[in-house]
Amino acid sequence: MEQIKRFVADFGLPRIIIAVYLLGLFLMAPMVGVSLPGALSDTSIRIGMNGIMVLALVPMIQSGCGLNFGLSLGVIAGLLGATCSIQTGYVGARGFLCAILVSQVFGAIFGYGYGTLLNRVKGGEMMISTYVGFSSVMVMSIAWLVLPFTSPVMIWGYGGEGLRTTISVENFWRHILDDFLAVQISDFKFPTGAILFFLFVSLAIWAFFHLKIGTAMTAVGSNPSYARASGVDVNRMRVISVVLSTMLGAMGIVVYQQSFGFIQLYDGPLYMAFPAVAAILIGGAGVNKASLTNVFIGVALYQGILTMTPLIFNAVLKLDMSDVIRIIVSNGMILYALTRKTKVLK
Amino acid sequence: MILSLRGIGKQFYGNRVLSDVSFDVAPGQIVGLVGENGAGKTTLMKILFSMPEIHETGGYEGGIFWNGKEVRFKSPFDALDAGIGMVHQEFSLIPGFTAAENILLNREPLYKSALTDIFSPRISRLDRKTMTELAKAAIDKLGVALDPAMLVKEMPVGHKQFTEIARELCRANVKLIVLDEPTAVLTESEAEVLLSSLRLLAAEGIALIFISHRLREVVELCDRIVVLRDGKKIEEVPAKGCSAKTIASLMVGRSVETQRAESAGIHEGEKDDDKEEPVLSVERLWVDMPGETVRDVTFSVKKGEIFGIGGLAGQGKLGIPNGIMGLSPAGGVVKLHGKPLRMGSPNAALERGVAFVSEDRRGVGLLLDEGIDWNITFSAMQIRDKFLKPLLGGLFQWRSDREMCSVANEYISLLDIKCTGPRQRVGNLSGGNQQKVCLAKAFALQPDILFVSEPTRGIDIGAKAIVLETLKRYNSEYGTTIIMVSSELEELRSICQRIAVIYEGRIEGILPHTALLEEFGVLMAGAKDAPKTPNEERPAESDRRSEH
Repeated sequence: MEQIKRFVADFGLPRIIIAVYLLGLFLMAPMVGVSLPGALSDTSIRIGMNGIMVLALVPMIQSGCGLNFGLSLGVIAGLLGATCSIQTGYVGARGFLCAILVSQVFGAIFGYGYGTLLNRVKGGEMMISTYVGFSSVMVMSIAWLVLPFTSPVMIWGYGGEGLRTTISVENFWRHILDDFLAVQISDFKFPTGAILFFLFVSLAIWAFFHLKIGTAMTAVGSNPSYARASGVDVNRMRVISVVLSTMLGAMGIVVYQQSFGFIQLYDGPLYMAFPAVAAILIGGAGVNKASLTNVFIGVALYQGILTMTPLIFNAVLKLDMSDVIRIIVSNGMILYALTRKTKVLK
Repeated sequence: MILSLRGIGKQFYGNRVLSDVSFDVAPGQIVGLVGENGAGKTTLMKILFSMPEIHETGGYEGGIFWNGKEVRFKSPFDALDAGIGMVHQEFSLIPGFTAAENILLNREPLYKSALTDIFSPRISRLDRKTMTELAKAAIDKLGVALDPAMLVKEMPVGHKQFTEIARELCRANVKLIVLDEPTAVLTESEAEVLLSSLRLLAAEGIALIFISHRLREVVELCDRIVVLRDGKKIEEVPAKGCSAKTIASLMVGRSVETQRAESAGIHEGEKDDDKEEPVLSVERLWVDMPGETVRDVTFSVKKGEIFGIGGLAGQGKLGIPNGIMGLSPAGGVVKLHGKPLRMGSPNAALERGVAFVSEDRRGVGLLLDEGIDWNITFSAMQIRDKFLKPLLGGLFQWRSDREMCSVANEYISLLDIKCTGPRQRVGNLSGGNQQKVCLAKAFALQPDILFVSEPTRGIDIGAKAIVLETLKRYNSEYGTTIIMVSSELEELRSICQRIAVIYEGRIEGILPHTALLEEFGVLMAGAKDAPKTPNEERPAESDRRSEH
């Protein structure tokens, strides 16, 4: 009994409830006629799609910049990378790598400016970052119309100018990670490549926080005055964390696109930050401390529920309301996640 | 006598903080209550006001007589009802309200109406006209120009203090007001105005108890001065003919002879060859640290010395290490081994082998959310590249958690840190053990020069002894020069060779540890040269003569 109590205290009751609920959904699936293998493969694909964007929040949380509501800026860098890559006409792995590389360059540039801005608004980072995210999306909405892209795949069919709202990557690098070493058993498909890529990037982040610089970054988030008194350049660490976060966000959206099959421009990036933030909070991260465990648990729980709830409800209610339910569930979870500030221990 | 305290005593969990304190206050009298930090002034006033923490810790001894009758107030409200007012050190005012609203808060005159009879007085309207009049009357008693309609947040500090006092005055039956360091935040001219208002009040027959560290004000204002030290009433003297100097020596002085005998045996390793190059020399240092401004400080420290910096709170002693370490904006010339140090950069100081144990343990000294190992090793890792393994030919520097743990374990046993292991969160340790972690952090840097700021503040006696002992041992074993800043004069005298006393941001004097306590007292009170109040020079002089 004592052990159970300890476990509940350590793991956090809300997370246990969410996990039990998710487990219940999986158990119900066969009873209401939903294919369990299909549901599982949907969940794993979504984890692979969204994992890196959740991971992108870790550096800024660790350095004390709070939750990166301006993740949209990173997403925009990723969109620039993807569109530039399509403009070059490279296909397959070459095109995908090109998209990642270009997105990292833009991510670094944007992140530097964003980080410098956040250093001037210490204490109000989360509010400012929300505005940075929203306003950059709006600026880019104009830019997508005027940027000199010429690839016929991307520009509007009429007029011949400006980019479309959705661009298919089907003929370029769709499912390039998802299909890599994918395991297919009847209707169960495991996106090995995407999951491996997510784990690889996670490993890199884990390693980063075991380096001298990563240690300094953690200390800055834990107590900036202590870090300063120990000779750490606090502002520099914060900028580095923001650059890192923006670059990861850029990489994350490219991975998302290869799985989703489309590049969504204009207000596509607008609501990218909230699900990621909700996932990491549900995973148990605090505003100043986040671990990879938080990322893994969070992304699995959040994406699992988001996939399963509409499937089960549709099957039970015999209605096609999947999108409505999805929106209610996802926003409900975001709301819940944002209201909980306490950190759990494990 | 309006108030008589008889044999008041108090202990907190067996720790005696007050014993047998008695004094009287007559109507219209101003009694000064002075004493060092921790002398028991605050506890005494808490007993008078019957604060909940007094009851929760087992009440007090002795009796309080109010108007000749013994009273036992059950709560601060009883004390207020009886006619005792309190002006706090920190303002307890509502910034968005006007002076009048603050003065009459919760006592507002109300309009009567049928509705309030039916429902409750809570819905009655405020009689703003009468409010302003009442507030005005209270302010007029103080003899200052203060607009009752002014918002508190827009007031200069002095006006806020007046608003606080006016609030106490405005109670219909107030007969005694306790002022806890009312001038601490005021400029000198504001303080002057306040003091004259207080005299006006006394002339109207209101008794005042005035607590202050500014001894000159106390001597100037009060009729009688009660000196507390270590929870006992040491002296009750009429202020007339008294000087700040005598009060100061009463405040700090224990039995002087025994102290000297004690300290004579302690220091064997004193260095007295003046030819040696100073390891640290500070010239014309100024530091802009809020509440601890350093104006112009020059001193030098020899290698292997333990140098003490003392002085009363707020005089600037804490600014010195914070300025040199680059944590507060500072200027002037600081030379280490003859070479100037770049100011304003903690990194520069740390790299030159200077370490600092901050007085702000929880704010600056520790990572409360991290383990003991991180706290001890972090600075050394960042500055000295310790506990790191180079990877890929030095491209990456990998943190060695195992090395960090073993070093943490070393310090845990060396300093007797009580914990569950090197990974325990520092936030869960007691104050004394946290302080030991702070020291370990500084030692891990293997500094040439170690600044230690208030190392014993807020820790228990056992930990205090270990901290002081460790500093002394570190100094003798490694020849580390230690500069210790402390408000505890006794501690400075017990481990330092020379002690500089800071007063109003300047060095008032540097004394050997063997100097008389009175001499320290004089310097701390700043009575040596007080050009601004020439009228005080004379009694000080006459006192000195009478002593010899």
